[in-house]
Amino acid sequence: MTTYSYFPGCSLKGIGRAYEESLLPVFQALDVKLEELEDWNCCGATAYMAVDEVKACVMASRNLAMAEKLGHKEMIAPCSACYLVLNKTKHYLHESPAVRGVIEKALADVNLTYNGNTPVRHPLDVMVRDIGLDEIKKRVKRPLTGLKVAAYYGCQIVRPYATFDDQYNPTTMDRLLEALGCTLVPFPLKTRCCGASLTGTLPEPGLLCSKIILAEAIKRGADVIATVCPLCQFNLDGYHDKIAAKWNDCRIPTVYFTQLMGLAFGLDERQLGLHRGFVAMKPWSAQPAAAAVPA
Amino acid sequence: MDATKKQDVRIGFYICHCGSNIAAMVDCPAVARYVEKLPGVVLSRDYKYMCSDPGQELIQKDIKEHQLDRVVVASCSPLLHEHTFRAAVEAGGLNPFFFHMVNIREHDSWVHTNKVEATEKAKALAHAAIQRVAKHKSLEVKKVPIHPDVLVVGGGIAGIHAAMTMANAGKKVYLVEREPSIGGHMAKFDKTFPTLDCAACILTPKMSEVGSHPNITLLTYSEVAKMDGYVGNYTVTVKRKPRYVIEDQCTGCQECIANCVYKEPKFHDEFNEGLGKRKPVYIPFPQATPQVVAIDPKVCLNFRNGVLTDKCKKSCVTACGEKKAIDFTQQETVQDIKVGTIIVTTGFKTFDAKRVPQYGYGKFPNVYTALEIERLVNASGPTAGHVVMRDGREPKSIGIIHCVGSRDKKTNRWCSRVCCMYSMKLAHLLKEHTGAEIYSFYIDMRTPGKGYEEFYDKLLEEGVHFIRGRVGEVTDWAMSPEEEGKLVIRVEDTLAGYVRRIPFDMVVLATGMEPQADAQDVRRMFNMSCGSEGFFLERHPKLAPVSTFTEGIFIAGACQGPRDIPDTVAQAGAAAAEALALIDKGHIEQEPNTAFILDDECCGCKSCIPLCPYTAITFDESKKKATINEALCKGCGTCVAACPSGSIVQNLFDDEEIFSEIDGVLAHD
Amino acid sequence: MTSEWNPRLVAFFCNWCTYTAADLAGVSRLKYASNVRVIRLMCSGRVDPQFILDALAKGADGVLIGGCHPSDCHYVEGNYKCLRRFQLLKRMLSDMGIEEGRVRLEWISAAEGEKVKTVINEMTATIKQLGPLGMPAKFEEWDKEMEHFAAAVHAQEAQKAPCAEHAQLQETAHV
Repeated sequence: MTTYSYFPGCSLKGIGRAYEESLLPVFQALDVKLEELEDWNCCGATAYMAVDEVKACVMASRNLAMAEKLGHKEMIAPCSACYLVLNKTKHYLHESPAVRGVIEKALADVNLTYNGNTPVRHPLDVMVRDIGLDEIKKRVKRPLTGLKVAAYYGCQIVRPYATFDDQYNPTTMDRLLEALGCTLVPFPLKTRCCGASLTGTLPEPGLLCSKIILAEAIKRGADVIATVCPLCQFNLDGYHDKIAAKWNDCRIPTVYFTQLMGLAFGLDERQLGLHRGFVAMKPWSAQPAAAAVPA
Repeated sequence: MDATKKQDVRIGFYICHCGSNIAAMVDCPAVARYVEKLPGVVLSRDYKYMCSDPGQELIQKDIKEHQLDRVVVASCSPLLHEHTFRAAVEAGGLNPFFFHMVNIREHDSWVHTNKVEATEKAKALAHAAIQRVAKHKSLEVKKVPIHPDVLVVGGGIAGIHAAMTMANAGKKVYLVEREPSIGGHMAKFDKTFPTLDCAACILTPKMSEVGSHPNITLLTYSEVAKMDGYVGNYTVTVKRKPRYVIEDQCTGCQECIANCVYKEPKFHDEFNEGLGKRKPVYIPFPQATPQVVAIDPKVCLNFRNGVLTDKCKKSCVTACGEKKAIDFTQQETVQDIKVGTIIVTTGFKTFDAKRVPQYGYGKFPNVYTALEIERLVNASGPTAGHVVMRDGREPKSIGIIHCVGSRDKKTNRWCSRVCCMYSMKLAHLLKEHTGAEIYSFYIDMRTPGKGYEEFYDKLLEEGVHFIRGRVGEVTDWAMSPEEEGKLVIRVEDTLAGYVRRIPFDMVVLATGMEPQADAQDVRRMFNMSCGSEGFFLERHPKLAPVSTFTEGIFIAGACQGPRDIPDTVAQAGAAAAEALALIDKGHIEQEPNTAFILDDECCGCKSCIPLCPYTAITFDESKKKATINEALCKGCGTCVAACPSGSIVQNLFDDEEIFSEIDGVLAHD
Repeated sequence: MTSEWNPRLVAFFCNWCTYTAADLAGVSRLKYASNVRVIRLMCSGRVDPQFILDALAKGADGVLIGGCHPSDCHYVEGNYKCLRRFQLLKRMLSDMGIEEGRVRLEWISAAEGEKVKTVINEMTATIKQLGPLGMPAKFEEWDKEMEHFAAAVHAQEAQKAPCAEHAQLQETAHV
């Protein structure tokens, strides 16, 4: 059984807990073990990164060092922000001797070292490139036939590091969801900004960003938006009332791609955290029964 | 030979300031003073420009006045001026090979920043040259006759012009073209900038002249497979692909096309960029040269997967009748050609717009490449010059995006030079054909050519909108009702200072120019070099722009870098002139750097024989010794380095010369 | 003169690719360490291993050989011949206690002026770390030792010349 180190980050324990709730059973169903880092700390994203980049990298590097110590070949970071900061830190360690110096000293203070091993991977990448669509198709018990999905990638898994997909037109999630039986609606705003943390500071442009994505998904005929990032999910799901008050009603459920996988694998909807959304997805079991895949 | 062993040489040393190119970083007088004290040096001077006439005369005068028998010049790269100084030494009455050159510009003053260190380096290199030149021997330049015939590879406008020039000068020319017809990219264009004369009207007369010229052998649908030999005596193997039509018997009547079992054309038409259709038997375009049809075995019913099945009723053969031009049994043939010089004019490839996915080419049907528009506005194109989009509508608004695949770190970094101009040409033509509103999105407007800036002014007056900004994306996402059903260009208007969204019916991508996909293979075949971007490398960007590092092989046109038609034609003429200069001299002077065997020392071990890629070394069974055929030897020196008994000597690079050079560079610290 | 020790590099560049690349580096005004001395040969196939040994023996701290990329050789395959000899020589050099980074073979095409710069700078940095090779001084030392040894033998021979001991000494000298 393959094992990856697992860095959940704060979101997956809090606001994005549905992501973890669906991620873990899906990996389990795929016979992949995730071992959570012990005593992990903040990845260094958002505010830290904006205020003091080097300190943010120091924080990230502690997690990297511990992952290296844990010894599994690669680490999975499901939150796009964690994924980006950890990779950015690796990049700086490689490119900038000055940053490397600061980090090495900080790590030495807590008796840690980091040699630049342990790649940081996004679960979407691991699902499609390591495990493979064939393997995933084999686990599908309840194909999501007829479910129209807008695959929304957000910005951080393709910018600036497009390590596993095209920077402008990523397709990994589209292919994965297709394998589950979903119908993908053409969605031109795949990597457009969700509003990110603007919604907290400058609500109007932030909300507009979310609204644009929601409205377009509805216009394209999607039943649901699939996302890979807790911040995107939160932005798209959390402000429907405000958006409705300001513009027009754009209610459409936003779920994690792992939730759709769990659903297709026949896992329990509540276990997958599907009840947590403000705009909940219609219970799939209530949909017209889809033909079961012959065993 | 013995005389040179002794240190009784009289060396003259000259160090060049090259204006300030060298003198700014190397203390030239100090180097001259240092060299003056070295053994054998009778004279050491520094001078502002050694390559100038007075500089060369100085050497000649000194040779006579001071009885110099060796000369060393420290200046630029020998690849630039070794020839110049050898000639000067010869004019002074010495054997030209009693000369050595030290590179203190490209290898020293231009690449270092510390004057003390650079000066020390110049001293060390000069010291080495002084020691080396003492060992130099008198050598004779070998003269080899040159074959007067010429090969031109590639039948675009460059190849056509070069071939015509040579043929008109009375040379026999072979013109090899990969496609069924010559004409290249230019044949696809509608009009040419900035004069807006019809491309076909200026090209096709030249094409038919090539087709009928008594001195030109046209080999279309053919590719060069191999090249052997050396300057003046190349043997080229040309592979002729089967077109299933006997060229000499086809009259171009096209009865076969009319009578093909396919009543309607239904296959991808390469010449029209896929916008039109053709039949399995076809002629690429009306003015194709030669006027000979071709049969495409991939789609012809008489073949299956390219293999002859003979299952079609062959109405084409019936239609051809007495001419009997169609021959389904044709096979690929190879033909050897002997020529003295080669002109490579293999052209370019247009950038694949799909590599910039954010512009939606291939995703949105109404996004076009510029070359597609050339066909669309062309009266002999698939729509007879009527601009209709893939969805059948006429565009009311058109956005043209410049620099697609040019000036972009993510794709190609270079400027393709022609896109600004052809984009404006297309803007003009599209406006003329459709009356649509036209926007042009540019990074910088580059119009450096005769009449080009004036053309830009004309377009401004015509009311084309120019927006300075690199386009972010082309999307079908509508933000407002007027954007519904349109292609929206999102761009930062850098002059107005804000991000704009502009809806269009049609988007045109001004794709850049790239090296041909097989440029690397062609480069290897003709022993040329490529620049880092993949275009063929000229011998010197300013002084030898159409020569390559292989003697007798010239380049012209866009295979050497992006360029427009006027520049391409000028270059083709230049390449032809260079080739003519070689041919009309009647012989080639070869660098005497060949190797020879010291018979007394060769022990007959045969180690050298398999090393020579030119089979210049053979074994003389009677003497039990190796011998080198000087005519075949190209002077690489590989056998010399391998000979266990040290019995092979390379002229100009013999062991004693190199060892003294090693000693010299390390003698000074 | 700078107080810092600068290694001395001898480079053998083929005329068609690497020498031209070094010219390109010049034309592009790239800047690199000034301690390299380039010797032009027509082909890297001309590089006789003796050239490398001679350069080291005469005081070079490192030797760089530059040739065309595989399958790009102007003389078809001279660069492969060079590589073959280089592999053998490397084994010999390591037996002689000469560190790996001191002798390098690099394929540098006519378009890679940048690579000329990088390789020379890298080599300079590596050899700076390794320190001077100092073969001429070592030769001198060895010569002195040998002279001293010979003198001792002569002295002994002159004194008593017992056959057995002499033979033993000679044997030692041959080891």
